[in-house]
Amino acid sequence: MPVSIWRQQDRTDPVTLHLDVPTLDVQAIRRDFPLLARTVRDGAPLIYLDSGATSQKPEAVLDAEREFLLRSNAPVHRGAYALGEEATDAYEAARSAVASFIGGAFDEVVFTKNATEAINLVAYAMGNAAMAGPEAERFRLGPGDRIVVTEMEHHANLLPWQQLAIRTGAELAWLPLTDDGRLDLEHLDEIIDARTKVVSFVHQSNILGTINPVARIAARARAVGALVLLDACQSVPHMPFSVQDFDVDFVAFSGHKMLGPTGIGVLWGRSHLLEALPPFLTGGSMIEQVFMERSTFAPPPQRFEAGTPPISQAVGLHAAVQYLTSMGMANVEAHEQRLTEYLLGRLDELGGVTVIGPPTTKDRGGAISFVVDGIHPHDVGQVLDDRGVAVRVGHHCAWPVCRRYGVAATTRASFYVYNDTDDLDALVEGIVASQQFFGVRP
Amino acid sequence: MNLEQMYQEIILDHYRAPKNKGLREPFEAEVHHVNPTCGDEVTLRVHLSDDSTAIQDISYEAQGCSISQASVSVMTELLIGQSIDHDLGVAGSFLEMVQSRGTIEPDEDVLEDAVAFAGVARYPARVKWALLGWMAWKDAVAQAGGTVRPSYGSEAFASTGTAISTTATSSTATSSTATSSTGTTTGERHE
Repeated sequence: MPVSIWRQQDRTDPVTLHLDVPTLDVQAIRRDFPLLARTVRDGAPLIYLDSGATSQKPEAVLDAEREFLLRSNAPVHRGAYALGEEATDAYEAARSAVASFIGGAFDEVVFTKNATEAINLVAYAMGNAAMAGPEAERFRLGPGDRIVVTEMEHHANLLPWQQLAIRTGAELAWLPLTDDGRLDLEHLDEIIDARTKVVSFVHQSNILGTINPVARIAARARAVGALVLLDACQSVPHMPFSVQDFDVDFVAFSGHKMLGPTGIGVLWGRSHLLEALPPFLTGGSMIEQVFMERSTFAPPPQRFEAGTPPISQAVGLHAAVQYLTSMGMANVEAHEQRLTEYLLGRLDELGGVTVIGPPTTKDRGGAISFVVDGIHPHDVGQVLDDRGVAVRVGHHCAWPVCRRYGVAATTRASFYVYNDTDDLDALVEGIVASQQFFGVRP
Repeated sequence: MNLEQMYQEIILDHYRAPKNKGLREPFEAEVHHVNPTCGDEVTLRVHLSDDSTAIQDISYEAQGCSISQASVSVMTELLIGQSIDHDLGVAGSFLEMVQSRGTIEPDEDVLEDAVAFAGVARYPARVKWALLGWMAWKDAVAQAGGTVRPSYGSEAFASTGTAISTTATSSTATSSTATSSTGTTTGERHE
């Protein structure tokens, strides 16, 4: 029975959502997601396989937001009245919960609009470093400096750096891909060279599913004194994740891909770096002192949270973090690994389907892109949609990856805690139906 | 609406054996349109009559799903060899049909094979697939300096090209700029 975190804060008994389940009880979990019980089109049961784009929300998350908005809604960090204090407490409790969830410190967690904004925050703040004081020296970029990304980045972790390079005159370089969907690290040391000031890369690819060797890349970045940002949008929701495990400086992820609301993302940054980083967005709430001709800024994290923040969304994200924690992230990861192995096996048996990405579960997660030979992904998606199977078709905001593998687009199935092998069977049946419909399978 | 209705035999036939495909000479304009949400693309050329009022040829290379491929194929059959004025009417009818969410009964006399795309209208996310080639055509005609016959008005195509609305053109990457900007410039000069 989902309960709102607002009440949970006052409870002494532990939350017992799905604790102690070695394998996830998917049927029980699905009951927390009423949307999954609906039908689509002409009465087809919904099979939701697009959690890599956005996850569905359990009632606990909605209840927490609703409870907050009905009982405690007020501006945060302002009014000296009871409601304002409650709202501030709820907002900051969410920060604390998110920090614990990723093994970080409270004041290292910045709430943003989404992960895209979190990455842009760092990129724009680095651009602003040119006008900031000497404390921001290490963030400055200019001609002769290098920014390194990879060829498998989501556009959200490519364009901010590409555009920063254009604005500052720095050079953009990237780690290429191997034929089997992994980073080609053969020339790691030449690509991340002495000129490199920042390396930003994805932990788990949203299109290929590849889990990248963070330690190796980060170690090389460290050796040349570069900053490291990790795009963890597809890893924080799906596996145990601690910032303590990685020698990185910034981590970005979004709330809505981890059962939380849209409109909230997270930037984690090392304290001493956030302290020195100039602001990105300016305005209310992020100031220390304001005069007509100049201002000074609040310490982090407030310095990076200009304007009214996503308050109820933070409360919802808090509930999402509790929900995931109660399941156990190791269980979540194991569950998705099983599904990944199952689907890779079934696609392999099927024939006529080419997986774009690592063919085995080794260092890969539950986002599986594929091409059905002889059928455009849109047409595959159309047939699947007709059967209630919701998958993503297109370039998945990673257009260079499609180009690299010579495909215009792919079909992608991505799963989460509420999916089971029945969902994957429905997908495979739909693929067979598309092959039959378009005449590529007798 | 079932799959068979969506993918009418006409669409599948054009997809498997597209008409007028390939890039040909001569041509007065070549455009490249991309659907940024899915990556479908078309490179399309138009060759106009000497007086720039009729479509002598439409040639293209395209990559995409059956809907977008069949749509451009059907379009070339309907539009080649006709006056721009006539073709604008056809394009307008096609646009109206696919944007109608299924509320408009298409006129088979005007749209011929293109009525097969009526089913697409029920899937708003797919309308832009069907429109990719048509938007490219409109853009190419504007860039080539196509005009409607004097009896229908002597202004440049782009300034009168209201048959395809800007809401539709925004669904592809570049089409709205070439056509609508010319139109507004003409209008503002009268001030």
